[in-house]
Amino acid sequence: MKSRAFTKVAAAVMALTLLAGACGSDENIAATGDCDTVDSVSLQLQWVTQAQFAGYFAAVDKGIYEKYCLDVTVLEGGVDIVPQQQLASGAVDFAVSWVPKALVSRESGVNIVNVAQIFQRSGTLQVSWADSGINSPADLAGKVVGNWGWGNEFELLAGARKAGLDPSTDFELVQQSFDMLALLKGEIDASQAMIYNEYAQVLEAVNPATGERYTADDLSVINWNDEGTAMLQDAIWADGARLADAGYQDLTRRFVAGSLEGWMHCRDNSADCVDIVLANGSALGASHQAWQMNEINGLIWPSPDGVGMMDADLWAQTSNVATSESILAAAPDAGSYTTAYVESALASLNGRGMDSTGKNWQRVSVTLNLGGE
Amino acid sequence: MPQSVHVSKPLRMVLTTLVAIGLVVLLWEGYKWVGQQTGDQIPGTDIDLLVTTDDLTMPHAKDILGELVSDIRDGRNTLPMSLYLLKKAWFTLQEAAIGFFLGLVVGLTLAVLMLRWRVVERGLLPWINVSQTIPLIALAPIIVTWGRLNDMPDLFSISLIAAYLTFFPVAVSALRGLQSPDAADVELMRSYAASWRTTLFKLRLPAARAYLFPALKIAATLSVVGAIVGEISIGTKTGLGRAILEFAQRYAVFPERLYASVIGAAFLGLSVFGLITLVERMFVGRTGEAAT
Repeated sequence: MKSRAFTKVAAAVMALTLLAGACGSDENIAATGDCDTVDSVSLQLQWVTQAQFAGYFAAVDKGIYEKYCLDVTVLEGGVDIVPQQQLASGAVDFAVSWVPKALVSRESGVNIVNVAQIFQRSGTLQVSWADSGINSPADLAGKVVGNWGWGNEFELLAGARKAGLDPSTDFELVQQSFDMLALLKGEIDASQAMIYNEYAQVLEAVNPATGERYTADDLSVINWNDEGTAMLQDAIWADGARLADAGYQDLTRRFVAGSLEGWMHCRDNSADCVDIVLANGSALGASHQAWQMNEINGLIWPSPDGVGMMDADLWAQTSNVATSESILAAAPDAGSYTTAYVESALASLNGRGMDSTGKNWQRVSVTLNLGGE
Repeated sequence: MPQSVHVSKPLRMVLTTLVAIGLVVLLWEGYKWVGQQTGDQIPGTDIDLLVTTDDLTMPHAKDILGELVSDIRDGRNTLPMSLYLLKKAWFTLQEAAIGFFLGLVVGLTLAVLMLRWRVVERGLLPWINVSQTIPLIALAPIIVTWGRLNDMPDLFSISLIAAYLTFFPVAVSALRGLQSPDAADVELMRSYAASWRTTLFKLRLPAARAYLFPALKIAATLSVVGAIVGEISIGTKTGLGRAILEFAQRYAVFPERLYASVIGAAFLGLSVFGLITLVERMFVGRTGEAAT
């Protein structure tokens, strides 16, 4: 009797799985935690543990992936780890990567597909001192302008060009390191900074002239989202070749849904997510991570079409900047991204009455302590 | 009289170390002071100093040493920097140790093979040399990708990077050492009708010790370097390399921390160097008398 009941359940699960494979994005994803089998999945990050990846860590820590019958291993990035290469080689199942960098890989023949556009905005700023007179891209003329290189400079170059400057002659472009030393020491006039990381580092440092920490009033910020040259950043990428396989489609559907739910958890429980990030081994201070969590939430929320959905306009803008800056030879092909997995995840999340757009999300005010402690 | 100024050996070592550290601190602070007086120029000239001496570039020695006792975040808790570094160093030491022993086995095996067959030596030695010209930055992603495809933990990939650095000095020096006995000694063994194996164990290996141990000291420190570089390039949850990477990124805010973590790395390197020296004393000191 018992074994017959089991057979029935197994048959039903099998049928559902087959159905899931067959009809794409229409079916609902169960997130019940009733798992016959648990699938192991690995995710490659671009960098070490920090709030930039809080949603994935939260989905692990809060048992969200578990509900989707997934056992997820989050792999930190290092200096020489290129997430899209790890993904393409089959070493990992999914990767987080910035859109332009991943598209460059894709154009060179690496078959990876954007399955969830997590960040809806760009976090890259060009920061200078308030008294430098740099308030818009046009003001960069004649200045020493820092950038990180390695594909982080495209928004800056496109923004300057849009303001009528020629980056090769109208200002001095210099490579900067990943700390803010060059700006702090006055070696460069404007420095690249992520709003969730390096920008906060300046605010955590002490102004030797006053003995006090710098404040936002000391700084002038160019935000590429406002200048119309912002490019899409953190997205979840899947292996394009494996996406033909129904089993991997199912994995992707569940992984995307779990990740989105993780990010929703961090939107509503940012303090908890800061704690999770710290517990996962961050040597960066608590207030720095709290700042980062807040700013990362600001890059994700609100997501008007639902978290993870591709903003078609921003995709087009990213593509335009990439082709006009000759990062890409041609506009990315239609297969570069798919919203099918996010759509099925959103159907499941909305169906459970969860808020997937975060339209009422409010930035909180985070007090940075000295050194970000 | 001599007895009254006799200082015990361990105490002498501690004193020498303290004096050496004191000298480094003096040199550091002296340079910094001069730079501060002259506006970062070589005194009496208008040539800029190689390194500027402001607090961001060269924090005061007392701040760096003070950092070692001040608290640092470790996950949800905080603990003194020195303990934090010890914890990280212990992790890195394990990766380095696995790498060191792998490198030792591979290096010794290669040396014996090259000793046994000249054709192997002629064919292999150039490649062993070439192997060390491949930059780790190119090698690390290959090793980690290969490791992950074979379901190996990343830590083992880091050990492989350490082994890659360590096998080289072992192989080259062991070969030199194994070939070092005089022709007369080898002929004597032959006159006893000693087998190749007996000659290896009774004559060549004991003779190789004098060459091997200096190489092992280099190999041990290289294994630490390899583990740290591997951690930085691959990215691990813990380890000294990871600490250095994070502190480097936050250099603008806490320059002392990066210096403190570098001191931690140096300490680990010195420790393994000292460990090999101890082992060397055990093996060479005693049998050195017994051999002749």
